Amino acid sequence: MSAAPITAASEALQVEGLTTSIRIAGHWFDAVRDVSFTVRQRETLALVGESGCGKSLTALSIMGLLPGAVGRVSKGRIVVDGVDMTAATEAKREAMRGDRIGMIFQEPMTSLNPVLPIGFQIAEGLMQHRGMSKDAARKRAVQLMELVRIPSAADRLDAYPHQFSGGMRQRVMIAMALACSPRVLIADEPTTALDVTIQAQVLALLADLQKQEGLAVLLITHNLGVVASVADRVMVMYGGDVVESAPMRAFFQAPTHPYSEALLAAMPRVDRASKLAPIPGQVPTLPDMPAGCRYQSRCPLRIAKCAERPPLTPLGGDPEHGVRCWVRAGA
Amino acid sequence: MLRFVAKRLALAIPTLWAVLTLVFVLVRIVPGDPTIVILGDQATPAAREALRQRLGLDQPLWSQYWDFMVQILHGDLGRSLVTNRPIVDDVWAVLPFTIELTVAALIIGVAMGVPLGVLAARKRDGFADWFARLFSLAGLSFPAFVSGILLLIAFAVQLRWFPVISTANATDPVERLRALVLPAFNLGLIMVAYVTRVTRSGMLKALGEDYIRTARAKGLPQRLIVWRHALRNVLIPIVTVIGLYLGVLIGNAVVTEIVFNRPGLGKLIVTALNQRDYALLQGLMVVSAFAIVVANILTDLTYGLVDPRVKTQ
Repeated sequence: MSAAPITAASEALQVEGLTTSIRIAGHWFDAVRDVSFTVRQRETLALVGESGCGKSLTALSIMGLLPGAVGRVSKGRIVVDGVDMTAATEAKREAMRGDRIGMIFQEPMTSLNPVLPIGFQIAEGLMQHRGMSKDAARKRAVQLMELVRIPSAADRLDAYPHQFSGGMRQRVMIAMALACSPRVLIADEPTTALDVTIQAQVLALLADLQKQEGLAVLLITHNLGVVASVADRVMVMYGGDVVESAPMRAFFQAPTHPYSEALLAAMPRVDRASKLAPIPGQVPTLPDMPAGCRYQSRCPLRIAKCAERPPLTPLGGDPEHGVRCWVRAGA
Repeated sequence: MLRFVAKRLALAIPTLWAVLTLVFVLVRIVPGDPTIVILGDQATPAAREALRQRLGLDQPLWSQYWDFMVQILHGDLGRSLVTNRPIVDDVWAVLPFTIELTVAALIIGVAMGVPLGVLAARKRDGFADWFARLFSLAGLSFPAFVSGILLLIAFAVQLRWFPVISTANATDPVERLRALVLPAFNLGLIMVAYVTRVTRSGMLKALGEDYIRTARAKGLPQRLIVWRHALRNVLIPIVTVIGLYLGVLIGNAVVTEIVFNRPGLGKLIVTALNQRDYALLQGLMVVSAFAIVVANILTDLTYGLVDPRVKTQ
């Protein structure tokens, strides 16, 4: 971990050596291990991996939303817009959340409060962080609803979530997250629960807003099609480790980690007649994680050295493309 | 909202009709000849026949039923067999005391039960939770007549803070309020217990919902997350429980009135039972049935206020 001072500059989100532990049956296990990355303004970093690989835990750690009794950030530093969230008090983190960093969730059907009007739920953050009056916040809420292209926004200000479809609810979530013009947006599987046509609309909307607002986006997904269409850079996680980190094109052209290869081979494609190749076995549970490389139990390339944990090594000449594999890094 | 109210009110009409019919049938299938009960077994057949005519019992059943319904629609509950006073007058004289008691108990139940339940859920397994659980268990296990007597011994006999007998004609509002405190608390205790339990479990569930995570991601302070985002959702089960137990509350009001010697429907019911005043009993059954129907309408209307999904369906 470098001790160099962190400057705000264009780096909206910096994560250094983040380790998040969760408690299972009274014991703490590292579910996210030594994860480092930065997301700059106007950039989209995609965090990819199977369920349970630590993507969402990384997001919740950044937001400071880990459920206290079972999850904690045990090491590392998270800097949002120049503010060190890990060193901040809970009050300071509260002030940052929803103001400088926003998050949208996977489940639009359950993520909105069913008994509060949509307009109020959007306006709430503005009143909280900006000290806006109720009227001013309502006016701004209408603008935000128009921004996320909700039809006849002014009439629907006092409507309730159950009067909206899934796609419209996700737009409301986006409007809520963007209400205070944050610098960072974390989108945790924002389109997974939506129909394919709606998915495309929501992704296009996110891309537009990102350009307009200069947002840094951390996109969490398991859908490589989504990654290919919106991401600038890709980070693949497995068992809490970042196993590969690469610019988007480099990743799709030359996936290097055996797990990345397997992920791509498991993705259906129209231009390829070959059968889908599922990855054999399952992600081991945290108490059963092997020492060293965590992918070794499913890896076809396994060698003796995999019992030691490989470092994230830059690949020949490209400091942007790193891989955590003894075999592929050529050691 | 207006249409919603109109619909609920319209739905109450068949309910009321069914309840009134049930009361009519119940009173008529009770074994025993009412004229013997009223006049005693030494009465002459002529006297009994005269009474039967006066009560309309010589008419065919459907005609009695018709008269009964028409009478009630005119707000007439008949006359007491014992005092021959109009039953409506007797009921009106004491009804405010029962309503006052029930409403006060309801307010105590909500004002204490909701904060206690919220506190218990927030400090789960802590001292507050332990206290709230013990308190609500006690509230549920003590019958109203036992807790009433205990309250009387402690606060009226020993400490002398409140009167032992809740006198009827307290015209002084402060005295009337003082007389209300113990009975209202006694009745409210049950409500506190129910409301605390449902609030606690509702809050525990609500605080784990996705929309709470969203509210936290918005950077709202804990106070708003708990009292606005979570509690607003828990109001729905709270209203349900209150609605369900309003009937129990009215039943317990009767017991409480007797323990505290308060005027009210309870005392009237006991009088009617002791004197075998079937006409008065029938009238009181109609009044309590009506009260429960009204309470249910109010519950339904409250749903419309706390749950937006109800009125827009």
